[in-house]
Order: sequence, then C-alpha cells, then structure tokens
Amino acid sequence: MNLVMAIIKPFKLDEVRQALTELGLQGMTVTEVKGYGRQKGHTEIYRGAEYAVNFLPKIKIEVVVPAKMVDKAVDAIVVAAKTGQIDDDKIFVVPVEQTVRIRTGETDESAL
Amino acid sequence: MMTQMTYLFGAVAALAVLILAHIDPALAQETAGAATPPAPPPSPINTGDTAWMLTSTALVLMMTIPGLALFYGGMVRKKNVLATVGQAFGATCIITVLWMVIGYSIAFTTNDSASLQKWIGGFKYFMLKPMTIDAVNPLAGSIPESVYMTFQMTFAIITPALIAGSLADRMKFSSFLVFMGTWLVLVYSPIAHWVWGGGWLGQLGALDYAGGTVVHLNAGTAGLVCALVLGARHGLGKENMAPYNLVYSVIGASLLWVGWFGFNAGSAVTANVNAGMAMAATQIATAAAALAWMVCEWCIAKKPSILGLVSGAVAGLVAITPASGFVNPTGALIIGIAAGVACYFAAVHAKKALGYDDALDAFGVHAVGGALGAMMTGMFASNTINSAGKGWLTDGNAHQMLIQFYDVAGTFIYCAVMTFIILKVIDIIMGLRVSPSVEVEGLDINLHGEVVQ
Repeated sequence: MNLVMAIIKPFKLDEVRQALTELGLQGMTVTEVKGYGRQKGHTEIYRGAEYAVNFLPKIKIEVVVPAKMVDKAVDAIVVAAKTGQIDDDKIFVVPVEQTVRIRTGETDESAL
Repeated sequence: MMTQMTYLFGAVAALAVLILAHIDPALAQETAGAATPPAPPPSPINTGDTAWMLTSTALVLMMTIPGLALFYGGMVRKKNVLATVGQAFGATCIITVLWMVIGYSIAFTTNDSASLQKWIGGFKYFMLKPMTIDAVNPLAGSIPESVYMTFQMTFAIITPALIAGSLADRMKFSSFLVFMGTWLVLVYSPIAHWVWGGGWLGQLGALDYAGGTVVHLNAGTAGLVCALVLGARHGLGKENMAPYNLVYSVIGASLLWVGWFGFNAGSAVTANVNAGMAMAATQIATAAAALAWMVCEWCIAKKPSILGLVSGAVAGLVAITPASGFVNPTGALIIGIAAGVACYFAAVHAKKALGYDDALDAFGVHAVGGALGAMMTGMFASNTINSAGKGWLTDGNAHQMLIQFYDVAGTFIYCAVMTFIILKVIDIIMGLRVSPSVEVEGLDINLHGEVVQ
C-alpha cells in the first residue's frame, strides 16, 4: 500500500477526482492548503500599497492505493492535473504500514 | 315617514360636523362661524417637507451604520474587523446622547450676545428643554424642530465617525469614545455653528450646501492629526495589511451612495426644486469621480481595482457635498472628475511620498475632496440654480473664491489645532494607543473579547 499525495491547482480537483474514480479507487481526502514552488507568488495592490503574496492557494489530495495500482494512479493524476505551466505542482508517493477500517475492523488492502 | 327621514338626515349631518370639527379645527371654525373663539395662527409645518426630512434623517443615519462601518470594516485586517465596525457603532451612540445634551444647542441655536453668536450658539437648549412638540427652528421653518434636530444629529454622528479611518488598527476603544465625544462638542458643534448656525462664515456668505468643510474637510483634517499623533501602524511597509473582505467595503460604499441623497438633497431642508437638483448633481458627480479614479489607476497601476472604483465614488460624493444645490449638472460633472483625479493622487501617491499612516484615507479622500469641493463650489455656483449663490466662472463673482478660501482655511486651522490639543490631553490622562502586543494580536480579541471567523 502507498499513500499518493498530490498538490494540485484548485480548479483541477474535479478532473483529478474523476480520473481516480475511473480507475476504481474509492475515496480520497482533500485539504485546502497554501504553498509555493518555483513560480513564487503574486502581487496585490490596495490603494497603492503593494503586498507580495508568497503562498498561493492549492489543493492537497491524499489517497491510499494498493501497490499494484500506484503507477496507474500517479499517471491518471498527471494527465488530469497538467496544464503545462510552471505551477503544475507535485505528486509524492510514500509507503503505508497499516490500514484499518474503523467500522468493521478490516485491515490493510481489504480496508481500502 | 318623510319627517323621520329629515330628522335622521339632520342628525347624521350634525354628527358629521361634530366629527370633522374634532379632526380639523379649521373646518370647525368655518362651519361654526363667529360663535367659537378665534382660531390659532396656522401651523408653519409643511407635511411634504416633514415627510422628506424624516426620510432623509433615516438615510443619513444609514450612511454611518452600517454604511461607513462596513466600508471601513472591509478594509482592515481580519483581527480588527469587529473593532473597526464597533467604532462607527459606538460613535453613533455616544454622539447621539451628547448632541441631545448640548451639541445641538451649541451648533444650531442663537446666542443672545451678538458678538458671541459669531463663534458659538446659545446654551438654552441644554437637554433640549425648549424643544416642545410644536417647536420650530427658524433655520428650518417648515418642519418640526424635533425632525431638524435629529436630521442634524445624523450629520454630527457621521463627521467624527469618519475620523476612525485614520486611526484604525491602533487606538484604545475607551480613548476613542472619549475623543469622539470631546471632538463633537469642541470642534464639530462650533464649526457647524460658524457655517450653518448663523456664525461668522455664514455671515461672510460661505457656500456649503451639505458639509464640504463642516463635515468632510473637518473630519479629514482631524484624521490627519490623529494619524500623525498616533504614529504608523506596527509593521507598516513590512507586513501584509491586505483588506479582510472588500465585498464589505463595496456594500458600505453603496450604502453611503444611497444614503447621500438624504445628506445632500435633504440639506435643502424642504422637498423643493433645490432638493431635486441636489439629488441629480450628487448622482452625476459620484459616477464621474468613480470613473476618473478608475481611469487614473488603470493607466498608472495597470489594473482597475474595485476598491479604487468605490473609493472614487466616495471622493465624488464628498466633493459634490458643498456644491450640490448650487451647481448645474455640468458643474457637477466637472467637480466629480476633478475629485476622482485629485483624491486618487492624494490617497495613493501623496500619502506614500509624505509617509504619514492615514490607514483608510480619511484625509486623502475626505479632507482633499471636501476642500476641493468647497473651492469648486465658489467656481461653479450658479445664480440660476440657487439665488443664494453666485459663482466665479458662472456669474463672474470672483470674490466668492476668497470667501470659500476663508471657509477652508478657518475650518482647517481650528480643527487641526483643537484636535491636536484634545488628543494630547487624552493621551496624558488615559493613553491613546494600545500596547504593541495587543496591536499585533488584534484589537477584536484583546479589546472586545470576540473574534470574527
């Protein structure tokens, strides 16, 4: 099992969710986050007062998938979230030791 | 049968006369003839005027709460939203009470001494004692004095409340309330008397239809002094001070715009042709100023901000205030454009160059717009619009410009000196500014024990 963690542009969330659902993955966790990468931030101006905003709004998706599905899931996110611009963000994959479904007590892949 | 009908008809007619006599004494007089004692003199109250002034009073109160409260509240950071909105609301309450106690008497009643009358009104209206149910102020002959007093009260409320824009984010609430009350009695009330209550500026012939100097230059000047005495906000130029929610500011500015019809058209104090022209001039100047500010910003900063658009509208409302009721639509258009350009450069560029921290631009918009409007009233006042005014460009009366200058200079100097003294005295007695840690953490949680989510 692996945790696939993707930071994407907020407006790409629906396409990513749809792509993962089509792979048969059930469920995901979504968080509104802020961050920056190479694109830095942007500038806001209020009556001449300029503020550099370094942290831009992003969406973080977390989904745990069986080992054999990891590559497919990553590919699906890459295809769905890509705009080709500098701030297309990143995907991280990390191993997961254990999963428990609270309702039934099932563990690991059968709990996904 | 016939006789019975006649009796019945007679009885009904007599009853009708009795009822009518009860409702309308004048009719009773007519019907009953010489048998009744002579009628009291006809009431000077005009119901149409009174209805309009009741409406105007409500509109002008709406300018402060919630109009100004939201306009300012949306521009501060989230940690100070409630404190800022609360300043407008708190000012409304304390000024209402003080206006009832003494403010109205100082501003709008006559001093028995002719030499003192130039500077200050009388004190007989302490606690509004002489304001009986049928009292009428000679300054507003066709409406009840209760309505005139309350209408003027709403002006007295918004003027000090405007100052809150300059001292935002850093003043103690207790000191703020004391400042509002003291400033009302020692600065607003006398200046209102000078121009509108029969004082020296009114006697000179200064033209200020609805408060370009009395309200806006006055509040803006006090704001500048507050910004200088209090000092800059902690972290200015280093921290992000982006507004919490500009939608509040847009709603606030829109309420100000609508309420301003009560302010300017209401300043006719009657429902007549002058009120109508004042309303038209207000609408035209406001839109022109908003567009002018937007164009300046679009050219210089490359994007037309919505905060700029609504700020321009407020600048136009301010500048047309002294002129509405004196100028024709073309004059209003020119005043609006000039106000949008002048206030844009004052609030956005001059403030930065001079370095004072007038947080929400009470000086850049209200003092600059008010002084500009007062001078342009001298240029564009038209005798064909209002027989009380003769302007320089319209009627060749260059002398009016000098009178307008006295009005601007007198208001500016007296207000600046008095505001400085009041602030210094309050500072010595109770302190003006919150501690740095309170300022950093926010006024809402520290001064009021509440937060906005």
